Amino acid sequence: MQEMMKNRAKALLADGTVSRVIGWRRGEFSYDVTPAVFETAEELERDFVFDAFCGANVSKYLIRESAKDGGRILAFLKPCDAFSFNQLLAEHRVRRENVYLIGIPCAGKADIDRIKKAGIDGVLGIAEDGEDFVVSTVYGEERVKQADVLAERCLACKSKRHPVYDELLGEEGEDLPDDVRFAGVAKLETMTAEERFDFWRSELSKCIRCNACRNVCPACTCENCVFDNPDSGISQKTAADPFEENMYHIIRAFHVAGRCTDCGECSRVCPEHIPLHLLNRKFIKDIDELYGTYRAGEDDGTKNPLTSYTEGDAEASVVRERGRA
Amino acid sequence: MQVNENETFVPTIVAFCCNWCSYAGADLSGTNRLQYPSNIKIIRVPCSCRVNPMFILRAFQRGADGVILCGCHPGDCHYTTGNYYARRRMTLLFSMLDYLGIERGRTRVEWVSAAEGQKFAETMKSFAAEIAALGPNRRLEDLRCRK
Ligand code: SF4
Ligand code: SF4
Ligand code: SF4
Repeated sequence: MQEMMKNRAKALLADGTVSRVIGWRRGEFSYDVTPAVFETAEELERDFVFDAFCGANVSKYLIRESAKDGGRILAFLKPCDAFSFNQLLAEHRVRRENVYLIGIPCAGKADIDRIKKAGIDGVLGIAEDGEDFVVSTVYGEERVKQADVLAERCLACKSKRHPVYDELLGEEGEDLPDDVRFAGVAKLETMTAEERFDFWRSELSKCIRCNACRNVCPACTCENCVFDNPDSGISQKTAADPFEENMYHIIRAFHVAGRCTDCGECSRVCPEHIPLHLLNRKFIKDIDELYGTYRAGEDDGTKNPLTSYTEGDAEASVVRERGRA
Repeated sequence: MQVNENETFVPTIVAFCCNWCSYAGADLSGTNRLQYPSNIKIIRVPCSCRVNPMFILRAFQRGADGVILCGCHPGDCHYTTGNYYARRRMTLLFSMLDYLGIERGRTRVEWVSAAEGQKFAETMKSFAAEIAALGPNRRLEDLRCRK
């Protein structure tokens, strides 16, 4: 796949279709892969990588990149990234004419923490082989079942289909059922309020307020974020006070409600491994149940549930009545 | 949270009231000499839709034990549709608060028109009683904002 992508990128650079390519470059370690922009075939040859560690969603970078003059930029998008891109498009945040999109298939990305937990250290590289990953390490090769070390979001993947692209490399996939995706939320919903409170207290109190979840999120693209306003009642510090985290997480999740494509970037980047997807998916699940199925980033003519309404919508008291019966 | 001279808990309640309906409803209940609890702090807003979720959390941060939003009856919004948007937002926000384990009785939305002074007073009485029974807000308070 990597060679195919490199060759295609070089060809598009050579014939002038695009002037730049956004993809992934190796970091200090093979699993620290970071998004990068390439301008020449030499750079591509030297630095471009694509493997099971290339989880980072490049769609958010296209806001800045597509605003630049000087030719189109080629972007490789996994299905989840394509949903994010499409949502940005719907919000008029990207200039479509400046982007050339190649949809790439995805069988799921590896979570380095899970690989380490499985007892594999000194990781040098990763390759896919059927149902397994073959991980090369300083101690030799290790084999591990993909299902055991995939990132959480990949285990709960919503679709292998690209809602937007200019061309596809490889086979187009299909939508996947939602039950896995909402299992975590459903489990929390069956707990008592006390249990839920304790669960979230213990999770959210780990937050170091680094803002990584906001900064990586393709739905959090405000030029001036409300949390950067000192009058917002938030201190932007790791606080001894639980209110800080409650406020931040409730408001952030609310701001992206109806726009979050469940791309999973927030949970991926959180250095404290807080299951942020459980917050976003709660909104998605509620919206589905109360206002009809809605998928951000989809092109099916459905309206964003938070900028639309129907006269017969449920009253807010449904929340209080829930579970009373 | 406040405590009266008998050391019993008196909840602090914030009511966001739409200028065009419930705020006038509150006025009406006043001119009709209907009593409603004095621990309810009314904040006038131009429309129920003006209330963003942050206002609700900010009220809790600054010491509210309960927050109620009052707007025009669906279909009667001064700006035609504001309350419909507010209804969706508040439903989702309240559901999220519940999901985080915060008592679901602490927040409420009620539709009260300018002519419903009686309903305003009764709504406030029942909400104040509910909050008094729940006790002080501990799960969504900001210790830094405590006096
Ligand atoms: S909130 Fe998380 S899952 Fe949703 S769009 Fe943002 S980064 Fe992706
Ligand atoms: S948290 Fe809200 S204000 Fe900040 S970037 Fe995200 S959506 Fe925008
Ligand atoms: S990435 Fe994690 S630790 Fe950082 S602000 Fe978000 S939740 Fe908190």
